[in-house]
This record gives sequence, structure tokens and C-alpha cells, in this order.
Amino acid sequence: MPDSVIQEKISKDYAYGFVTDIESIKAPKGLSKEVISFISKQKKEPAWMLEWRLKAFEKLKLMKEPDWQKPKYPKIDYQDIYYFSKPKNFKEEIKSLDDIDPEIRKTYDKLGIPLSEQKKLSGIAVDAVFDSVSIGTTFKKKLEDIGVIFCPISEAIQKHPELVKKYLGSVIPITDHYFATLNSAVFTDGSFVYIPENVRCPMELSTYFRINESKTGQFERTLIIADKGSYVSYLEGCTAPMRDENQLHAANVELIALDDAEIKYSTVQNWYPGDKEGKGGIYNFVTKRGLCKGKNSKISWTQVETGSAITWKYPSCILQGDNSRGEFYSVAITNNYQKADTGTKMIHLGKNTKSKIISKGISAGYADNTYRGLVSIGSKAENSKNFTQCDSLLVGNKCGAHTVPYIDVKNNTAVTEHEATTSKISEDQLFYCYQRGLDKELAVGLIVNGFCREVLQQLPMEFAVEAQKLVSISLEGSVG
Amino acid sequence: MLSIRNLTAKIGKKIILNDFNLEIRKGEVHALLGPNGSGKSTLSYVIAGKEGYEVNGEIIFKGKNILDLSADERAKLGVFLAFQYPIEIPGVLMNNFLRTSLNSVKKAKGEKEIDVVDFLKLSKDVSQKLGVKEEQLSRPLNVGFSGGEKKRSEVLQMALLRPEIAILDETDSGLDIDALKLVANGINTLRDKERSFLVITHYQRLLDYLKPDFVHVIINGTIVKTGCSTLAEEIDRLGYKNFSSV
Repeated sequence: MPDSVIQEKISKDYAYGFVTDIESIKAPKGLSKEVISFISKQKKEPAWMLEWRLKAFEKLKLMKEPDWQKPKYPKIDYQDIYYFSKPKNFKEEIKSLDDIDPEIRKTYDKLGIPLSEQKKLSGIAVDAVFDSVSIGTTFKKKLEDIGVIFCPISEAIQKHPELVKKYLGSVIPITDHYFATLNSAVFTDGSFVYIPENVRCPMELSTYFRINESKTGQFERTLIIADKGSYVSYLEGCTAPMRDENQLHAANVELIALDDAEIKYSTVQNWYPGDKEGKGGIYNFVTKRGLCKGKNSKISWTQVETGSAITWKYPSCILQGDNSRGEFYSVAITNNYQKADTGTKMIHLGKNTKSKIISKGISAGYADNTYRGLVSIGSKAENSKNFTQCDSLLVGNKCGAHTVPYIDVKNNTAVTEHEATTSKISEDQLFYCYQRGLDKELAVGLIVNGFCREVLQQLPMEFAVEAQKLVSISLEGSVG
Repeated sequence: MLSIRNLTAKIGKKIILNDFNLEIRKGEVHALLGPNGSGKSTLSYVIAGKEGYEVNGEIIFKGKNILDLSADERAKLGVFLAFQYPIEIPGVLMNNFLRTSLNSVKKAKGEKEIDVVDFLKLSKDVSQKLGVKEEQLSRPLNVGFSGGEKKRSEVLQMALLRPEIAILDETDSGLDIDALKLVANGINTLRDKERSFLVITHYQRLLDYLKPDFVHVIINGTIVKTGCSTLAEEIDRLGYKNFSSV
């Protein structure tokens, strides 16, 4: 029963914890002007990009890591991290996806990520980022035909400098905060998406992030621009090998939606969470922000966070355009010694802007799960509305759940609503399930999936089933 | 089929079942009557394997003492309990729950699991027979169900799982006459030589439809009298006062 015999730990190993044995080229360890120049050179960047990075680096020297978050962690030695690592056999310009190193291809096969353009996978285009480089992007040509640009950001910097210059750092300024600034200085790869006016992107675009090398940080940079009247649905996934060290993934993701455009951004985050004693695992310190720049634009974040030793992220929406809408749907599961401090910021600036926040936090084992969110309604945001619902589910009696909502309203025509609940899986619910023949794992998986249903429903069909399984697996062994 | 021998159940120091004995053979329908607090629900929980009781004695089901088995193992073996107060499971759609349940039981029996399409056909078919509205199947289990809907949902689950012993804990309580008939009908349709029922009730009316083979009276955790349907009629008229001295 949940209260009495709770602390039997995860029985199944993390399925994605293997290491791909390949040689890699790395930048010298540590953070310096030289290393940043090395990264920029490796990526054959134009001079303006290096200047931009160095500007960020100068700012970084004056900044301090934030410390207001609930999860505390030992001091990170930034000089003990490799900021760049790429496979030795990495080819800059691959003619076809068949040119990808067979070892790396095998890795993605093992992860269940299709790096081919088979017919049955025709609904999803994939960009695969391995440590610091993108090793291949599928369906690029097909998307180009309708004007959609989907490529590694390194490539976009070379081929589409006007778009990158205009939008990079426009939503997350390089001085935003410590990790965003660090990312601006040393970012390596991520995806670039541009959807032209009035184009509805016909495929799901997805990026799959894999950390492979030890002692290496991953500094993802993703930029998505939806031009007027366009639509795109984008999904990212993440895994890493099991190691007893903590590795840093500090990403910056910027979304820009112009007039009448819509961006749907989904994350299934399954970084290595550390072992059952809390050793190792990824520090997932991520800045994600979307700007609803145009009128009637919409940005919707959906995240399923099951991995990482520490998750620290607040995918946010700046609702600048009149009638724009922001949504945040989140499931954050923490088990064993995992910690999550996650939520969103909805910044209402334009008139008639609407936002909706649905957060489901599940805590098991000794884990600690915090929802932290800000709803800010500016003085000019007439008739703006927010609805927030934060539900926490506790499994066992050694874990924690916290809700820290900030609401800041400067316009008296605005309406904000906040609902919050905290509950436990009851013995009665479990017994009812057992009586119908469900074993413990199945019962907990089903009840938790039910708890998260509203959020999981938001995921693209192709990923919803996988996410449901992941939710169940993440909690295996949490009920004794 | 089911032999309960010298069964005692305690919570802390409180004795709830005291040297309880009952023998149910294949194909029989037994009714259990008793005043509030006499141990009826506890009996159903202890047979189904709910934790939290200190249990002694034997419950032999299909030749096996099931007291050492977990609740889900007992369910897979063919024990079903229709709950007096069915539990709400938010966000879990009834159809999804039923299919998961049915497939768990099928898998344990070494039978082939049923796929979504076949299941939807089956659940629709069984619902129609039991007067369960199809729309109820796509709602979260027991959440916002009316009293009648909850009880019919229990009977529907029983009809799908086709258990060998079904315990119905006051499934007739709070039902209007039409719903009561549906429940009785649900039980009667399942009745055959291989299946047995233990029906816990306060009311004669359900028994009129079921015509049980035996009627038992439980007082203070033990059976004080066993008879045929006339015993139930007697209690319906006179109450339990004649048994209170025991």
C-alpha cells in the first residue's frame, strides 16, 4: 500500500542509458574566449555570430547563477565541462542520410528514432542532434519545396543570416539570466524552423537530442519563426547515457509567432534521471520563451517531463499581439531523488489576450516537485483572461509537492482564475483496480495517466501513446 | 467452489468476523442478510483480498487457499466483487479501464488479449443488454456517475469478466425498481452451472427476482441461521430482533 511499503525503488533500468562507442573531437575543457572561438570556427560561422557570442561571454563574467529555485545542487565547475564535442567521422555536408556514421545510425535505431524517409514515417521530419552537432535532418527537400526551412541552426546561420540576425535573441535577450547568457556564448546546435506566410506545415517537425560524451555539456539553441497565417507543430525528445556524474543541458528555445500564426511546441523530456540513490543524471536548465508578436497569434507549450536529476524550466509566452493566446500544458513526474521546479510565465501585454495553464505534478519516492508560475497582466492588456489549474499527485509519504503561483494584475478589466489541488493515490483506488485484475504497476500507471489525461491529450497523436507508456515506466516501483 | 472455514478478521483489537463458515458450491446463489455492522462488507473485502485486516482461517477457492494471494491474483483466478461504493478514478475512461481489466484477467488465464476494435464491439453489446448507456463508457470511471450508473457499471464489469464467484455487496441499495430489475437480470443472465454468487442485501425485492438457493443471516461476524428463501421473507417482516440474542 502506498503509505506503508512505499519505498521499493525503480525496478526497471533506464532503457536509453547506453553509450555509443565512437571517437570524438572536443574543444579544450573549460570556458574561455578561445573555446568560444573554437566553437564558432568549427561551425564555420560568420564574424557577426562570433561577436555576438563574445558579447554574451563578456556579460556572463558579470553575472551570477540564480539561486531562488527550490532544488539546490552542488556548485557547477564551469571549467570542468567540455563545451563542444562532435563525432570524429562527422560529415559537415551529407549528401544523403545514408552517409551518416553507421554507429550513430545504430544509436538512433536503438532509441527508436527514424533517420530515414520511409513511407510509413512520412508524417514526421526529424533533426538529430548528437552532443554538439546535428547529424542529419530528414525530409528537408520535401519541406523546402513548400518554402519551409527545417535545418540545424548552424546551417541557418550560414544560409539564412538575415532571419537569424533578426530573430535570434529577440525573445530571450543575451543578458536575460545566467544560463541564457551562458547558452548565448557557447550554444552548439539545435533546430531552426521558418514557416512562410500562410503555410500550414504538413508534417510534425521534431528534434531529437542525445548527449553521448562524458563531462560534456549540451547547449541547445532552437529558433522557430511562424510567419503570418502559418501553422507548425514541433516536438523535441531527449535522452542520455547513464553516468554517475551530473551533466548540464542548458538550452535556449525561442518561438516567434506573427499575425494569425500558431506554434504548437511539445516536449517529451526523458534525460537520464540519475540512479535510485540520486547519483548522476542531467541538470536540465532550460529557457524557453515564445513571443506572440502578431495579432491573433497563438503559442502552445506541452511538456512531459519525466527525466533529469533536476528540471528547471518555465516555457513562457509573451502575449504582445492583440487577441493572442498562450497555453501551457505540463506533466512533470519526479521519482526517487529527482527534483523539478517548473511552470510558466504568461505575460499579457496586448488587448484581449488569453492564457491557459494546466499543470500536473506527480511526485514519488523522495522526489520534490514544484510548480512555479507567473501570470502578469500589463496596464494596456484590456479584457485579458487567464485560467490556471495546478494539480499535484503524491505517491507515498516521503515526497513533496509545492505550488508557487505569482499573479500580477495591472488592469482592472482582466480576469484571472487559479485552481489548485493536491491529492494522493488512495488505497481504495488501488484496491478497486487490483480487484479488477490489475497488478500494482498497471494500476498506478493507469491512475497517473488518468490524472495527466488533459495534458497528454494535447500531444500529437504519434507521440501520445509513447508518452503514456513513459508515464507508467517512470513510476515503476514507486508503490511497494 | 468456495469454502470459508473458521475465518476470523480483526482490525486492531476489534473482531469483525468471528469463526465464520460458509460453503458455496458450483452454480449456487447464496444470499447474505444481516443488520448494519454485522460484518457483511468486511467479509466481501476479506474474500477479495483487501489489505489492512488480520485474517485467520481458510478461504479455499477452486481447491486453493487464496488467503496468501494478492487481490489482483484472486481477481485473475475468478473472484469478483461488486463494490457497495464504487471508487472514482478521474481521467481513466470506463472503456479503457474495462479493457485493461479484461486483458489482465485474460492474460493470466493464458487467453489471447482482446484488441481495441473487438473490445469496443463487445462492450457495446454487453452494455446494451444491461441497459447501460453507451455514452457512459467514454466517461471517467465512476466520476459523476449517478448511484444507479455506478451500480450498473459494476454489473457490466461482472458481465465482461465472467468471474466464477461474484460477490455483490448491496448492489441493489439505492436503486429504483427498473434499475433493480436490470441488476437482477444481469445476474440471472450470467447464472450457470459453473458460476456461483454471494449476494449481500438488505431487501427482499432483489431476492424475489434471484430466487437464491440459500439464505444466511450474519450477526456479529458469524452466521447464525441458514435457510431457504422463506427465511428472507421472515426477516423482511420481523427484522433481526429474533436473532439478536445470539
